[in-house]
Amino acid sequence: MSEERAAVAAEQPAVPSALARRRAPLAALARWELLLLLIIVILTWAGTQISKYFLTGANFANLTSAVMEVAIMALPSTLIIIAAEIDLSVESMLGLSSAVLGFLWAAGVPLQLDIGIVLVVGALGGLLNGLLVARAGLPSLVVTLGTLALFRGLAQVILGTNAISSFPAWFTTFGFDSIPGTPVPWTLVVFAVLAAAFWYVTHATWVGRQIFAVGKNKDAARYSGVDVATLKTALFVVSGIIAALAGVILTARFSSARADNGTGLTLTVVTIVLLGGVDINGGKGTIPGVILAVFTIAALQNAMRLAGVSSEYQAVAIGLLLIVSVTAPYFARQARLVSDRVRGGRHPPATAVDPGEVIP
Amino acid sequence: MSDRAPSPDRARLEVHGISKRFDATLALSDVSLDVRAGEIHALVGENGAGKSTLVKILAGVHVPDAGRILLDGREVHVPDPIAARALGIAVVHQEPRLFPDLSVAENVFLADPPRGRYGAISWREMRREADALFEQLDVRLDAGAAVRGLSMADQQLIEIAKALSVDARVLILDEPTASLSAHEVERLFTIVRRTRDRGVAVLFVSHRLDEVFALCDRATVFRDGKHVVTAPIADLTTADLVRFMVGRAVTLFPKAEAAIGEALLEVRDLSRTGAFRDVSFAVHAGEILGLAGLVGAGRTEIARVLFGIDAPSAGEIRLGGRPVHLGSPSAALRAGIAYVPEDRHRDGLVVDFSIADNITLPILPRLFPRLLVHRSAERTLARGYAERLRVRTTGVEQLVQALSGGNQQKVVIAKWLATNPRVLILDEPTRGIDIGAKVEVHRIVSDLAASGLGIIFISSDLPEVLAMSDRILVLHEGRIAAEVPRSEATEERVMFAATGQVAATLPVSAPATRTGAGGGDA
Repeated sequence: MSEERAAVAAEQPAVPSALARRRAPLAALARWELLLLLIIVILTWAGTQISKYFLTGANFANLTSAVMEVAIMALPSTLIIIAAEIDLSVESMLGLSSAVLGFLWAAGVPLQLDIGIVLVVGALGGLLNGLLVARAGLPSLVVTLGTLALFRGLAQVILGTNAISSFPAWFTTFGFDSIPGTPVPWTLVVFAVLAAAFWYVTHATWVGRQIFAVGKNKDAARYSGVDVATLKTALFVVSGIIAALAGVILTARFSSARADNGTGLTLTVVTIVLLGGVDINGGKGTIPGVILAVFTIAALQNAMRLAGVSSEYQAVAIGLLLIVSVTAPYFARQARLVSDRVRGGRHPPATAVDPGEVIP
Repeated sequence: MSDRAPSPDRARLEVHGISKRFDATLALSDVSLDVRAGEIHALVGENGAGKSTLVKILAGVHVPDAGRILLDGREVHVPDPIAARALGIAVVHQEPRLFPDLSVAENVFLADPPRGRYGAISWREMRREADALFEQLDVRLDAGAAVRGLSMADQQLIEIAKALSVDARVLILDEPTASLSAHEVERLFTIVRRTRDRGVAVLFVSHRLDEVFALCDRATVFRDGKHVVTAPIADLTTADLVRFMVGRAVTLFPKAEAAIGEALLEVRDLSRTGAFRDVSFAVHAGEILGLAGLVGAGRTEIARVLFGIDAPSAGEIRLGGRPVHLGSPSAALRAGIAYVPEDRHRDGLVVDFSIADNITLPILPRLFPRLLVHRSAERTLARGYAERLRVRTTGVEQLVQALSGGNQQKVVIAKWLATNPRVLILDEPTRGIDIGAKVEVHRIVSDLAASGLGIIFISSDLPEVLAMSDRILVLHEGRIAAEVPRSEATEERVMFAATGQVAATLPVSAPATRTGAGGGDA
């Protein structure tokens, strides 16, 4: 009897070709990261042609410390986008953090305590985003667009147009200087530690697995016992805390707390994440890819600055890069479809196929 | 092919020697078929037998590598779906694909709306033609209503109206009954018969053999891309068809006897506003409790409450004698309840995760309390379950989307077995999978019951429920209409209760009903 049933099963045809194709995205991702490495090499070469200072340690410190705030904010944003949501409010949380920090410092509260309070403010702001998205079920694009305005507004209420400076030396040294005897800025150390932690969580733990599952199919994830709402809320809280930390770093680097600090940085954060190969529709992406994208953007901005490109044109370049990052995978997919069509007949869209049947 | 008798009737549609290869797979190999005007011709076969490939060739989605297609004796080419339409080949797919925000009439005439003066769409004309079409089909549908909110059955009828709006010579129905309830199926059949009687050649693709017998005039069986037999339905038995499809005789529905133990899950006066009311029952160890009823009777809604997806508005759930609160699927999982959902693509699987990743998804926190995932441990565990359920795969690292429907369903079941549940709820576990896989799912479920699990088995396939269940609860409009023990279960008795007939009028000793797919005496 059981042999008979086994034989019934054996009659179902295997699907070797379909499998081979499905494996492709992984390989494509590796190619994407290689491509980013190649772009970094080209930019480095171009940088040396533009200026003999490009490859100096001092320039490396400049180049990296200039993007560290967006770099650390890109890490939680990567996870949020993999989970098929988005956080546009990070730049305003950065500004709010800077304003609260300056306000408290000016009011005589010790700086260590100020930093702690600011991180709590970040967590609360993230919690607000998370509850509205995950519990109330509102689209994150709209929610965080709202808090983008809300947090910036609060920052301006708190600090107005004042700029608070006169921070202690240890603080500004952390923001501006490198580890003595090396070209490695202190802030790069912060990024390295955070990047390692995010790498681990994303790719080695089941929390990361659950985030990918939520991004690929949130219903199936929920039916599998994944607490989707809590997971998403936690991601927004982490994003808020990291954005607040970025506010601390930016304040230290500029030696100046202002309500308008960080205006416009969300664009760069999202650009880095998408340039890193993360799918804007969720479910796909890697932390290593995003780390490479950080250095790609850093090298590009630095090369443009050394070449005397005005900040307006730099903004144009970042905008173009964002569009290319989003469209490149799309065109690659179209190209693959066309080549499939030429090779093996036409594949109808997935929804048009009898779900029970895999054979084309 | 030797079985094919030369036909005196003229064939409307003829297919000669069609072959189609996809990379390494020969999907169709030299198949031939003819459908006469005024007949309903069944095309049956397991998944992968080539039915859908042939339908897609006739619909102009695929171009065959070899072979000829003749319409009324003239050779035709169908390079794309527009050509198929122009030739009068209309295809109704398994899942209705309509635009939910457009009106019924707009959906029917989407491709070629009636024009008024200056080429603008004539809305009045469109409404009038749609009404005429529905009248012809004897269907009551408001042509001006939006499609959103219409039942699956009504949407299916709109698809048919759409197909017939172009004066179809050939109507192809690709598993149209998969999501319909029994009386909706009857209504569909009436319309299909009426269409046949108007001289249209109908090709009916189905998994459900009882439907083939109820509706069709002749049947053709495909197996592994090859034509096996074409014969008048009167010359065939269920056992014949099954044998032709799988290549040998199989026993359907092997529910084994199992000792019924203590009550595992008890439900008392459970209600959810707008879904079901005052539902009470118990599931015992070793028992398969069938939940029958029409679509919308509240079967899935009860399952969703038991799995913590929806909250009940009143009532009590007890597990092992103790009241429990199931606030989320993860709470239900911890309590030992597992749920194989109705829609396995939407709710059951992450299709671009590997088999192993899918199987371990619900138990990751339990499996790896220190967060770090050990790939090899994970794979070993997944491999154990995949082998136990005989998932046909090249390995547990294979992506689920590359598997056949039946194997995907086995992965869903494997995933829930890995959670080590005490109560397993299966919601339409065999929908859309082929007979071979169906038999295996039945075997698995039967084995699980024998191993002491309590099983709630929801299915619209009546013969299946009758054969698998120790007891059947029949739901009608959110209430339990009848509880039928296995020994007294007949299709008539269950259908009577499901359609809301008063129990007193039941025929007390109903004789065995017509043998459908569930006859299984092969």
